[in-house]
Amino acid sequence: MSEQMIQVNKLNKYFGDLHVLKDIDFHVEESEVVVLIGASGSGKSTMLRCLNFLEMKNSGELYIKGEQIDPKKDNLNQVRQQVGMVFQHFNLFPHKTVLGNVIEAPLQVKKVSKAQAKKEGKELLEKVGLGDKADDYPARLSGGQKQRVAIARALAMKPEIMLFDEPTSALDPELVGEVLQTMKDLAKEGMTMVVVTHEMGFAREVADRVVYMHDGKIVETGAPKDIFENPKEERTQAFLSSIL
Amino acid sequence: MYLNFVNFWGSLIESRGIFFEAAQMTLALTAISILIAIFIGLMFAFMKISKIKPLEWLANIYIYVVRGTPLIVQIFVFYYGLTEIWMISGFWSVALGLAFHNGAYIAEIFRGSIQSIGKGQTEAGRSLGMSNILTMRRIILPQAFRRALPPLGNQFIIGLKDSSLAAFIGVSEIFAVATTQGSNTFDYMTWLLVSAVWYLILVFLLTLAVSAIEKKMAVSD
Ligand SMILES: Nc1ncnc2c1ncn2[C@@H]1O[C@H](COP(=O)(O)OP(=O)(O)OP(=O)(O)O)[C@@H](O)[C@H]1O
Ligand SMILES: [Mg+2]
Repeated sequence: MSEQMIQVNKLNKYFGDLHVLKDIDFHVEESEVVVLIGASGSGKSTMLRCLNFLEMKNSGELYIKGEQIDPKKDNLNQVRQQVGMVFQHFNLFPHKTVLGNVIEAPLQVKKVSKAQAKKEGKELLEKVGLGDKADDYPARLSGGQKQRVAIARALAMKPEIMLFDEPTSALDPELVGEVLQTMKDLAKEGMTMVVVTHEMGFAREVADRVVYMHDGKIVETGAPKDIFENPKEERTQAFLSSIL
Repeated sequence: MYLNFVNFWGSLIESRGIFFEAAQMTLALTAISILIAIFIGLMFAFMKISKIKPLEWLANIYIYVVRGTPLIVQIFVFYYGLTEIWMISGFWSVALGLAFHNGAYIAEIFRGSIQSIGKGQTEAGRSLGMSNILTMRRIILPQAFRRALPPLGNQFIIGLKDSSLAAFIGVSEIFAVATTQGSNTFDYMTWLLVSAVWYLILVFLLTLAVSAIEKKMAVSD
């Protein structure tokens, strides 16, 4: 097995009778940014959520950093520490301050000392441009600020892979840019990222590879330039012309 | 009427010593039963959301029985049952009876408030590598407690007032003292009103305490 960050073989996922992911083969290399696109209901979120076991696959193999993960045997909490996730609706902890959100998992899961966690937490907040908001509660932040806190919170666990599920879809248009910028910075630092997004500009600029999903299958994969300018599959063409 | 009115205020002031003691008894009864009820409530709330069928059924049966039978029956069952089997005092049998009763309602309050916290919160916790239990303890419960506080405060008030039923077991709490005074003086009305004033004071204090906690927990809004 080559040293992929993520390797998925013949993955299938059902919700009851609904076959949502169909024989998915997929991989992500180290420091690669992969953007998942596709129509609503095509299975993008489910795919992403299978990668950190928020959803359990029904069959197929899943390797993280070359190690096959068996949800029954392996400690998923440990696996999830390596795979950060950012959600469409932020899911910040409303009862904790911004810094409290960021240091919660390092303190409770990694048992980092409070001083250390705070120091690193503040650095992360600086990095996403929110150093001055450390003591505020999430309710007082704008959507874009919330999402940047959510990114800092995920980064606090020092993950090697970051998953983003439509991180800008819940934002007012004028706030999208600041979140995308944070993600671009992250990509530049070499973070391995899988991003579900409708921001085709971001995909063009940042993605190493674009994966188009339709009806639970990966229809086409390629460099952004190829996918956007010369899609081979008719379905990809139809999808792109419907959104561009 | 005028005379009675004077009589009422006079009685209220003169009897403040014995009623102050009775109020302490009422408070002790309420505090102990509510504390145990919170514990019971949490336990049964977890059973109901555990997705383990036998535990769910057990919790449902408990809640069904408590809701479906009068409190006075429950208290007497505890009284005759417990004082005979374990030889515990009347006070403790009522305290446990009240705890048993309030526990069911508090279980429903906790269950509702825990389930009202969006599943995104659990997912955020789990995605950071937090275990199920840790996520429950650090993320879900603090938020659920906050949401539970208003209905809990309401239940505490009900519990406080229901503790008056302990009079029937011979516990000298407020209502018991009032009825004793009434039968000694043949002036039931005055003493019932005196007891009502004491209950109002206690409920007022309890309401203050609950809203103080609510305020303290609302800093994050
Ligand atoms: N928990 C669930 N239970 C049942 N069905 C589900 C569940 N989650 C998703 N589905 C179904 O699985 C299919 C794929 O959903 P998914 O959320 O992965 O799509 P998506 O590509 O992310 O769509 P969107 O762009 O709208 O977010 C849909 O038909 C959806 O209704
Ligand atoms: Mg989705």
